[in-house]
Amino acid sequence: MTDQVTGAQALIRSLEAAGVDTVFGIPGGAILPAYDPMMDSTKVRHVLVRHEQGAGHAAEGYAQATGKVGVCMATSGPGATNLVTPIADAHMDSVPIVAITGQVASAAIGTDAFQEADICGITMPITKHNFLVTDPAEIAPTIAAAFHIASTGRPGPVLVDISKDALQATTDFVWNGTPELPGYRPVTRPHAKQIREAARLLGEAKRPVLYVGGGVLKAHASAELKILAELTGAPVVTTLMALGAFPDSHPQHLGMPGMHGTVAAVTALQKSDLIFALGARFDDRVTGRLDTFAPHATIVHADIDPAEISKNRTADVPIVGDAREVIADLVVAVQAEHEAGRFGDYQEWWTALNRWRDTYPLGYDLPADGSLSPQLVIERLGAISGPDTIFASGVGQHQMWASQFIRYEKPYTWLNSGGAGTMGYSVPAAMGAKAGMPDTTVWAIDGDGCFQMTNQELVTCAVNDIPIKVAIINNGTLGMVRQWQTLFYNERYSNTDLQSRRLPDFVKLAEAMGCVGLRCESPDQLDETIHKAMSINDAPVVIDFVVHQDAMVWPMVAAGSSNDEVMAARDVRPDFGDSDD
Amino acid sequence: MSKHTLSVLVENKPGVLARITALFSRRGFNIDSLAVGTTEHPDISRITIVVSVVEELPLEQVTKQLNKLVNVLKIVELDPPASVQRQLLLVKVRADHETRSQVVEIVQLFRAKTVDVSPEAVTVEATGGPDKLAAMLRMLEPFGIKELVQSGVVAIGRGGRSITDRSLRSVERSA
Repeated sequence: MTDQVTGAQALIRSLEAAGVDTVFGIPGGAILPAYDPMMDSTKVRHVLVRHEQGAGHAAEGYAQATGKVGVCMATSGPGATNLVTPIADAHMDSVPIVAITGQVASAAIGTDAFQEADICGITMPITKHNFLVTDPAEIAPTIAAAFHIASTGRPGPVLVDISKDALQATTDFVWNGTPELPGYRPVTRPHAKQIREAARLLGEAKRPVLYVGGGVLKAHASAELKILAELTGAPVVTTLMALGAFPDSHPQHLGMPGMHGTVAAVTALQKSDLIFALGARFDDRVTGRLDTFAPHATIVHADIDPAEISKNRTADVPIVGDAREVIADLVVAVQAEHEAGRFGDYQEWWTALNRWRDTYPLGYDLPADGSLSPQLVIERLGAISGPDTIFASGVGQHQMWASQFIRYEKPYTWLNSGGAGTMGYSVPAAMGAKAGMPDTTVWAIDGDGCFQMTNQELVTCAVNDIPIKVAIINNGTLGMVRQWQTLFYNERYSNTDLQSRRLPDFVKLAEAMGCVGLRCESPDQLDETIHKAMSINDAPVVIDFVVHQDAMVWPMVAAGSSNDEVMAARDVRPDFGDSDD
Repeated sequence: MSKHTLSVLVENKPGVLARITALFSRRGFNIDSLAVGTTEHPDISRITIVVSVVEELPLEQVTKQLNKLVNVLKIVELDPPASVQRQLLLVKVRADHETRSQVVEIVQLFRAKTVDVSPEAVTVEATGGPDKLAAMLRMLEPFGIKELVQSGVVAIGRGGRSITDRSLRSVERSA
C-alpha cells in the first residue's frame, strides 16, 4: 500500500501498523508535527505524562507487564534528555521499548539550535540501537526496524530521533513490517551438541542448581521451565529479574540468590557442582566476590546474547539461544538420558538444601515498640491482593522486602528496576502496567525517597483513569543507604534522613493529585487499610505506611564479599556444618 | 600486552565509526591504530583496528560487543603471519646540501620515496609493516625529524579467500 502523507502521518501510521495501542509522552516544539495526526488516531492512545522520565518508565512498565513493546515520545533537547534514565534502565534490564524523539530541523542540526541535543550520541551506549531520521521516506522503515530490534533477540531500548522537517515534509507511505537488517541476526536455535552435553552433565551431577534469570521471562518460557525442573528434580533459584518465572510455592524453589537472597539459594549456588544458568548473566549482585563464587561448579550457560557467555564466569558448556527453545530442547535431551537409564541422583543434595531452607527461612522481627513493621506491611499486601496482582517496586529496602515477602506465583507480576537500580521507577512503571493491563490490580510498592522522585505521575493516573495503588513504605529515610551506614559507617547517618514522616504530608499530597490518600501507622489498622484500598477502583489510591525506621534487609552478602560470608541476620553467620568453607 | 588486528566490515552509514570507537573506550581498551575506507562494495566500509590487549581484559568481550552493533556485518581477527599489513608514513627530515645524499640513500635502502625537496628538508613517503617503518625512522632520526604523520594500519588476509563475500551478499539482498 502506498499513498502521499506527511512524515508525521507516516509516523503515526507506522505506530498503528506496528500494533501500538498506547504511547506515553509530552509534546514540544520539534515533535509537534507528530502530535497533530496523533489526535486523529483511533488505535493509538496517547497518555500525557508530567515528566518525560515518567513516560519512559511507563513504557517499561507497560512492556514488562504485557510483553509488548512499550512506546514513549518526547521533544528534542531537554525532552529527550529526560528520557535518558529510563532508557538506561531499559538497557540494563533488557526491556523492549521504542523511544521517539523530535529533533530540530535537519538544516539546524549541529548549530546549537534552540532545544537541540545530540540524543543519538547521548544514548549510544544505553540503547540497543538508535536512529537519526532526516528523510520522511525513512520514517516508516525505521519504525519497523526499531520495533523489530527492540523486541527480538535480547530485547532492549531503541531510540528514533526524527527531525522536524522530516515530520513536516510529504512522502509515500509504505509499510513493510519485516525489515532486512544485514548486521542483525540474533541466534535463537541452540546447538544440539551443547544441549546433549548439558543434559549428560545433569545426569552426572550430584549438586546441580537451575539458576534462572530474566531471560526466561523475556522468552515466555515459564511453562517449559516448570517441565524441565520437575523432570530433573533439580533445585531452582530465580534472580530478582526472574521472580514469577517459577512459582514461589513450588517445593523445588529455593528463592532468590544474591546479596539479599535466601540462605538456601545463595548457598545452593555456592556449593553446587553444576550451575545451569538460563537467561541469567552472573551479575555481581548475584555472584558476590566473583573469584570465590561457586568454586566447585561446572557452568552451563545459556543466553540469547553471546556476549554474556563467559563475560563474568567462564562457561564450560556455552549455549547461545532463546531460553524457550533451549529449555524445550533440554527437556527432550534429558528425557533421552532418562530413557537410556541415566538419572541424576540428588537425594543427598536435597537433604542439605532442605536443612538450610528449614534452618534459615526468610523472616523478620516485629519492632519491640509495637510500631509498624515494613516487612509485615509488604507481606500482608501480597497476601491480601493475591497472585494475579502486579507489583511494581522502587529501589531500596522496600524493593528487597517486596522480593522476599510477596509470593510470586505467575510470570509478569513483578516489575522492578534491577540492573540500573533506578529510584523513582515504581509509580510511572505501575502506571504503564495498569494502562496495558486495565483489569489487573497494580500496586506500586515505593519508598518515601523513591516516591518523591516521580510521584507527579499520579496526576497523570488520576486524569487518565489509570487507577493504580501505591504503598509508600515510609520510614522517613533513605533506608538502604541508612542500613549501610548502620553496618559499615559506624551509624553515622550522613544525609539519609528525609524527614518524610513530617513533610510532605503524603495523604494531602495524594488528595491534591486527585487520588485517595490513606495512612496506616499501627499493625491493627493494617489489613483494614489494605482492604479499603482494594475496594477503591475508580481512582488511584496512596497509602502512607508509617513504618519502623531501623528495620534491615536480611540475609545479606556485603558488597565485595564472598557468598561464603552470607549473613542470615545481623551477626548471625549460618552454620553449614562442613569443613571446606 | 599483545597487539591484535581486527578487520571490521560495517554498513556505510553515518555514525558507525563513533559507535565502534566509543565501544572500545567504554570497555576499557585503547586503540593503537585505526584505518577506515570503502570496499569494493559502496555500501560496505572496512575498518582496520589495531588494539593493545592486557591479559585481564580479553579481546573476546569486545569482539562480541562489536558483533552486537546493528551496523557491524562481520569481524575477523587477522593473524600477522597469515596477512599482509601495511601503513603509510610521510616524514619531513632535516637535510641540507651536506646530508641530503645520506638521507636519500637511507630512503632508497628502505625502498621508500622522496616526494618533496627543499633546501633544508626532504619529505619521504614510505609504506610497509610497522617494523620496517620503525626501522627506517630509527635510521632517519639522527638527521632530525621535523614532522611525522602516519596512517592507520590496513590489513588483508593472504590467499585467495575474501572475508567480504558473504557479507556482500546479505547487503545486496537488503538493498
